[in-house]
Amino acid sequence: MEALISVMIGVLTACGIYLSLRNRTFSVVLGLTFLSYAVNLFLFVMGRLTVGAPPIISDAQTKYADPLPQALVLTAIVISFAMTAFVIVLSLKARADLGNDHVDGKEEA
Amino acid sequence: MNQLIISPVILPLLIGILLLFLREQDIFAKRVISILSLITQLSLALLIIQAVSHGNILSYALGNWPAPFGIVLVADRLAAWMLIITALLSIFAFIYSTLGTDRVGRHFHVLFQLQLFGLNGAFLTSDLFNLFVFFEILLLASYGLLLHGGGRLRTKAGLHFVVVNLAGSTLFLFAVGTLYGILGTLNMADLALRAASVAPENIALVRAAGLLLFSVFALKAALLPLYLWLPTAYANTSAPVAALFAIMTKVGAYSILRVYTLIYGEKAGPAANLLEYWLLPLALSTIIVGSIGLVGSKHLRTQTAYLVVVSVGTLLTAFGLSSTLGISAGLYYLPHTTFATGALFLLVDAVLIRRGDFSDRLDPGPVIASHHLFGGLFFITAMLMAGLPPFSGFLGKFMLIKASLNHPALPWVMTIVLIGGLLSMIALARSGSLIFYRANAAYVDETITKIKVLPHTHRPNTRELLPIFGLLSLCLAMTICAEPIIRFTNATALQLLSPEQYVHAVLGKRS
Repeated sequence: MEALISVMIGVLTACGIYLSLRNRTFSVVLGLTFLSYAVNLFLFVMGRLTVGAPPIISDAQTKYADPLPQALVLTAIVISFAMTAFVIVLSLKARADLGNDHVDGKEEA
Repeated sequence: MNQLIISPVILPLLIGILLLFLREQDIFAKRVISILSLITQLSLALLIIQAVSHGNILSYALGNWPAPFGIVLVADRLAAWMLIITALLSIFAFIYSTLGTDRVGRHFHVLFQLQLFGLNGAFLTSDLFNLFVFFEILLLASYGLLLHGGGRLRTKAGLHFVVVNLAGSTLFLFAVGTLYGILGTLNMADLALRAASVAPENIALVRAAGLLLFSVFALKAALLPLYLWLPTAYANTSAPVAALFAIMTKVGAYSILRVYTLIYGEKAGPAANLLEYWLLPLALSTIIVGSIGLVGSKHLRTQTAYLVVVSVGTLLTAFGLSSTLGISAGLYYLPHTTFATGALFLLVDAVLIRRGDFSDRLDPGPVIASHHLFGGLFFITAMLMAGLPPFSGFLGKFMLIKASLNHPALPWVMTIVLIGGLLSMIALARSGSLIFYRANAAYVDETITKIKVLPHTHRPNTRELLPIFGLLSLCLAMTICAEPIIRFTNATALQLLSPEQYVHAVLGKRS
């Protein structure tokens, strides 16, 4: 499972980097979204992968999942949601103000 | 539990929320509330600096959760120093914004308070993830402020600023995740302890995470090669916002200083002195590139933005020496450059609105109203920025060069800092003579009608002059009171270079 998840994070990051280097705001926004998905998964995995282990202490349990990365990921998701919403609105504004969706505001000659 | 430490964080948040409810109210009420909040923040910062001035480090556990498990706010000399600089700068930037910037769009006052919420929080927190959260808060507020008022160029520069910083935030999370995965903690004091005793097979990962963090902080500080977003963003935003943003690059410099003295400092075992080969060369190259930009600028605002790049380079050169004297020189230079840059952004704005269509283009334009006053102010500010005696800029650079005397990189530091200073002087002298000496009276008639329709009168306004004079007199005060200030920055540098004090204050007996 570790191998599968690491490959997944790697592929998401690679797609994110490729897309965020493109010259249209739409692909840049998509790229940033992929990057934030990748980093959220990465944070989550940093608590190590466990199956069927609760994060809350109880007498019956001996094996636990690390609760902190889950809290971190929750915070990171909320922030990246807000940032994505913001950058989408800004891209729309740039489209309206600059007349096209090129990141530099002008088409190549 | 001392509630004083959390008050500079909580106050602007509450005031910001209050202002959100008052959005239908008269602008006068909002201005009064904002300025009262800023003055209270200054008094809180003064109280904190008084509380830590004897070298004690205060820590505040949020929700009373004990140290490595909960989030801890820590006030030491460095944090208090940054708080006071932020509070002083923000008061003057805000006064200038009441000339009309705060009218041109909605929620300016709210964003201004939230910006301070993020800044104060970033200076006080002792938790790496919490630092990320405060970075996001101050960035989100800064996006709003940067775009405030709208306009084509502003939108374009804003889009670049936002996208670059979002990529930076992602890198920050990767670094934080890696550190947590290896060391199992996010508390900076605890990280410092655990990094010193990390297992040999994990050393490379801890160092990689440290360098990732460095790239994020370098992006915020606008260090070469990550400075490209700065000149357009700062040159195209409104003057009070640009003046307030003079502190934004210093957040990056502060984080570099904090993390790389505490977690990756000299006593960090296998991960020690991580930035030894990175910070100094990059900082010096930043001065070179910034100076070239400075000389090549065609607009006064772009030139001022490049002065920010040069000052970041100088500041990080001082920090990069990683000696007591070097850090102390940097800590003296930091408020000087923040105030002087803030004053210059405001002054340039006051000049450009009087030049009508010429705006801030570096061409001989009309003779502006009250040119003696503004020319004189420009002369003093330029001397401050270029680091000429007898002002604080000179003292800062003198301390920097004195600190580098025993450093192997002395020839490099000496050459680049001095030539950078010379180029700043040449560039500013050229701009000053183009705008003030070679101004042509014949242009007045051509543009006077356009000046009239602007919201400003020809006569300088108190709200216009007070912030400029205020920031400049802070620099003068730093020159006159240099001795006690340098004693304070020396003590701050000593405190930073013995991180065990910080660790002890946060973790108590466990260390």
